[in-house]
Amino acid sequence: MFDDLRDLYQEVIFDHNRNPRNFRVMENADRKVEGFNPLCGDRLTLFLKMNGDEIVDASFQGSGCAISTASVSLMTEIVKGKTEAEADALFKQFHEMTTGKEDNIDLEAIGKLAVLAGVREYPARVKCATLAWHTLDAALKNEANSISTE
Amino acid sequence: MTTFPIEKIRADFPILKQKIRNKPLVYLDNAATCQKPQVVIDSISHLYMHEYANVHRGVHTLSMKATDRYEGAREKVKDFINASSTKEIIFVRGATEAINLIASTFAKANINKGDEILITAMEHHSNIVPWQMFCEQTGAVLKVAPINLQGELIYEQFEKLISDKTKLVSVVHMSNALGTINPVKKIIAAAKAKNIPVLLDGAQAIPHMSVDVQQLDCDFYVFSGHKLYAPAGIGVLYGKQALLEAMPPYQGGGDMIRKVTFEETEYNTLPYKFEAGTPSIADVVGLGAAIDYLVEIGMDNIAAYEAELLDYATEKASKIEGLRIIGEAKEKGAILSFVLDKIHPHDIGTMLDSLGIAIRAGHHCAMPVMDFFEVPATARASFAMYNTKEEIDVLMSGIEQLIEVFG
Repeated sequence: MFDDLRDLYQEVIFDHNRNPRNFRVMENADRKVEGFNPLCGDRLTLFLKMNGDEIVDASFQGSGCAISTASVSLMTEIVKGKTEAEADALFKQFHEMTTGKEDNIDLEAIGKLAVLAGVREYPARVKCATLAWHTLDAALKNEANSISTE
Repeated sequence: MTTFPIEKIRADFPILKQKIRNKPLVYLDNAATCQKPQVVIDSISHLYMHEYANVHRGVHTLSMKATDRYEGAREKVKDFINASSTKEIIFVRGATEAINLIASTFAKANINKGDEILITAMEHHSNIVPWQMFCEQTGAVLKVAPINLQGELIYEQFEKLISDKTKLVSVVHMSNALGTINPVKKIIAAAKAKNIPVLLDGAQAIPHMSVDVQQLDCDFYVFSGHKLYAPAGIGVLYGKQALLEAMPPYQGGGDMIRKVTFEETEYNTLPYKFEAGTPSIADVVGLGAAIDYLVEIGMDNIAAYEAELLDYATEKASKIEGLRIIGEAKEKGAILSFVLDKIHPHDIGTMLDSLGIAIRAGHHCAMPVMDFFEVPATARASFAMYNTKEEIDVLMSGIEQLIEVFG
């Protein structure tokens, strides 16, 4: 059943879709950015708690497809404890993995995120996987779009 | 219906014979666009191979042949929707361009600041955005008649929104997101009682039912060819002759003029006044071929067959636990929009695609409808005359399988 889709819908993705990690409102967030994909209606709010340039906590709220939910759930796990520069490097790796050439990916750095590599074969679904990361990118780069609770 | 020639019809559509991801194609995205029969494809290649030249210009043989084909198609469209004259049939790119044409000509000449345009809450973006743009430019006001949870127009509210300021009623004949068929006769009668012109967006209705513009007594009727088994890029604006005569032209250029000097230009007569530039000649010919094909099958036969398909699909879908149908109007065309508990429409779309089933997942260019039902998107199976109950079985079994996988 759905054998062709095994690369796209790996068990880890179903798991994160059923039980998204860090799925909560962060009351004392330093950054809060909305991500929206008008094409499919996916909507998420990303919360970051910063200590200097280190991301000490990340959480999200919102609704989306399994790919987009798993992607943001995995992302909030992996960026915790990373500096802004490290998170940005991951974003570039993730972008390369989902849209670019396979050879350029540092599999060790990308870790668990590799389960999302399958979207590469589904151009219509790439945006589902990258929405989380574009939202993070906005949160890190564009302070005008983020709010501070302090 | 045992008499409906479904096997012959399916054989007429070459694209339906292929496999998608090693499974027989089940094409259920007809509300987005539908597939083309061989006769339509052949009509286009025949024109390009044997009869192509520019229309309305040359005295040479090919130009006359091409003009005959082109104007012959206009005649077929006129008969198909029972317009009173070919002067009332304007070829445009599609329903969207037709509505924009009306906004930038009829509306510009007749609707002013403070006047109102009345639409419904189930419109496609193409019958919302042109009016918003128009209102922004002119200070006219867009009024929206609400719908109920079945996806039906709340007619009493609609009637109350008709006021002395209403200068145009523009409503969808059949909703692409919900399948709802609007009570257009009642709507037109109510508007006529106050001398308000009515535009019907027939993009979705036209492939599913007989349309008689004189019987409807609408002032404008617009539709796209690509949803009517004809090529994409061609559509029709029907308008009552007196209205079209009084309207300023749309685009300026060749073919829409009678006489040009640098001091002034005299515009051509209908329908050419609205057809500036070389038209999409082959697509018009393709539209004519599609209409011939449909007339032979009979629109009433198609409507009856599709009603059977929709009933069958609705009954099957209702039995699936966790499935909610979006759009349960009493008067409904062959569209089944639905959502599943905890499974996003895009996941549904990708999973069904792996089984060879093409459906649409998204907002269907009707974001306000999605907001009303408080869903980000829906999955939509939309049926055409070439679909079968067996295909609906494949769809329902696919839905059951993916519910199991998502667990």
